[in-house]
Amino acid sequence: MSVVSVTPYPIDIKDRKEKFHGAQLLYVGWDKHLLFFAPAQFCLPPDTRFRDLCEVHLPVAFSEHPDFASINWEEAKWLKSGQPFEPDLEKTLAANGLDHKDVLRLQTPGLEGLGGVGI
Amino acid sequence: MDMQVKKKLGLKEKYALMTRDLGWETTYESMDDVYPYMKFEGIKIHDWDKWEDPFRLTMDSYWKYQAEKEKKLYAIIDAFAQNNGHLSVTDARYINALKLMLSAFPSLEYASHRGFAHIGRQMRGVGPSVACQMQSIDEIRHAQTQIHSLSNYNKFYNGMHDWRHMNDHMWYLSVAKSFFEDATTAGPFEFITAIGFSFEYVLTNLVFVPFISGAAFNGDMAAMTFGFSAQSDEARHMTLGLEFIKFMLEQDPNNLPIVQGWIDKWTWRGVRVLTLVAMMMDYMLPKRVMSWKEAWHIYFEENGMALFNDLARYGIKIPTCVEQIRKEQDHISHQAWLSFYSAGAMTNFHTWLPSEDELDWLSSKYPTTFDKYYRPRFDLLRERAEKGERFYSKTMPMLCQTCQIPLLFTEPDDPTTIAYRETTYSGNKFHFCSDHCKCIFEKEPEKYSQAWLPAHQIAMGNCFAEGDDPTAPGFDPIASLMKHWNLRHGTDNLDFDGSEDQKNFAAWREASTKN
Repeated sequence: MSVVSVTPYPIDIKDRKEKFHGAQLLYVGWDKHLLFFAPAQFCLPPDTRFRDLCEVHLPVAFSEHPDFASINWEEAKWLKSGQPFEPDLEKTLAANGLDHKDVLRLQTPGLEGLGGVGI
Repeated sequence: MDMQVKKKLGLKEKYALMTRDLGWETTYESMDDVYPYMKFEGIKIHDWDKWEDPFRLTMDSYWKYQAEKEKKLYAIIDAFAQNNGHLSVTDARYINALKLMLSAFPSLEYASHRGFAHIGRQMRGVGPSVACQMQSIDEIRHAQTQIHSLSNYNKFYNGMHDWRHMNDHMWYLSVAKSFFEDATTAGPFEFITAIGFSFEYVLTNLVFVPFISGAAFNGDMAAMTFGFSAQSDEARHMTLGLEFIKFMLEQDPNNLPIVQGWIDKWTWRGVRVLTLVAMMMDYMLPKRVMSWKEAWHIYFEENGMALFNDLARYGIKIPTCVEQIRKEQDHISHQAWLSFYSAGAMTNFHTWLPSEDELDWLSSKYPTTFDKYYRPRFDLLRERAEKGERFYSKTMPMLCQTCQIPLLFTEPDDPTTIAYRETTYSGNKFHFCSDHCKCIFEKEPEKYSQAWLPAHQIAMGNCFAEGDDPTAPGFDPIASLMKHWNLRHGTDNLDFDGSEDQKNFAAWREASTKN
């Protein structure tokens, strides 16, 4: 154990999956769209279809950007933990291998924000 | 018969009698049992008597000086209240900086008081023990004077009605709160490095000098007076911290790597918390005294680097995070204000868009970055606001596991890309805003994996108002969350334009110039 402590140090991870009542956290950021100041946090059941993530949940966070309506979800690029990731839109988050507290970055080539600096 | 009058004691003798003579070696209990926190961090102290209090302050002189200061402070606070001093500030927007300060600072001072009271008891040497106790009293006084100074505003303006509760509940306040909780749950030697060095030296210098000068510049004599009253103590506190660091380094060569690790960690943690101060200086003072970047140059590049140069003779190296801090100085205030502007439905203060004049001022202070990266964002937000579509973020942001700030910072070399870092510990993923926050986590994952992150707690359902049932039909999670924070939606938050504060300030000021 690396922590320096006077007595045995109990480990109590506050954000374990089982504390989310059957749902899990997923973070999604949209690269080059800094109108949104940080990646958004979603708390979703693992049987949520990836297409529903895109078409139902992401609009809550990102639809106010004029680029959003033009996204072609079949062609959107994704990174998971910084590595290329190819989701199956018709499969669930779980079937796509997305687990609690995974982070996705949405990349939309051709739709790279406003102002030439990714707003 | 003439009285035999002994010569008055010199300061040094008096100090020795009133401090050093208080200590003794125990005989029927082991000293290690009396001071149980002295060894576990690995710091080796061979001779406590080598510790010198540079101020040689004794309790009788402490009472005398502080009582004089308090008399002056309260005379000014009373005069401010009696003369409706709150109407003399430049603009009611300024009061929002005080709301942020009142929400965060008194609790930090109080936490500092508790921390120093604890280590005052635990320090085996009498000199540092007495100095820590004096600092403990200072800190509780600072909490009190801040509450008293700012309470004048609470009578008239929204958002300051429940700062103590908000400090434990409001999402953004977890940033500053976690800093102190990290320090007070460390050992005593790390605590004094964290607070004496990082908080007192780096942070309070920047809060109490340029920001409080800003308060004076904006006509706020109440905040200015408490700020300057506190700052005279801060000078002593940072000297205590510095003396302690030098003492640890002089006592044993094995202490160097431990102290270096703490300096690296707490420099970064302090700088992350300073993001709030950066934003207050550049955006929340209607009349600005200097930019964040200018303040940073004076208080970090000049003062801070002089400190590191001074410590170099002991083998202390400049923390590697300083390279990133230099790259970020052009960005953090803008990124923070844009974040709070977007999260303006979840704050206990108002936010607004800078006027054209203010945008020009920012351009002049940040000539290589502001017009390129930030002005277009403000222009876009203004266009929307003018169309009646004021932008509010509708989701919760992802937070950094260590500093608890949303992932709002960009890559050090690319201001258009948010920085993401992650690690896995005990089968769980953890996310960070920077290499340095990740590194702090990885050194003590047991500690930081327990962080109480507000966004996660809200998602778990732990932040609804007491008695509310999330499974009941018609349950409104946002209303319940607002109740949990004791935030009056639409009154304490949202845009400054159109707010009750704005209207009242204009009406009261108008009334104060007429019969």
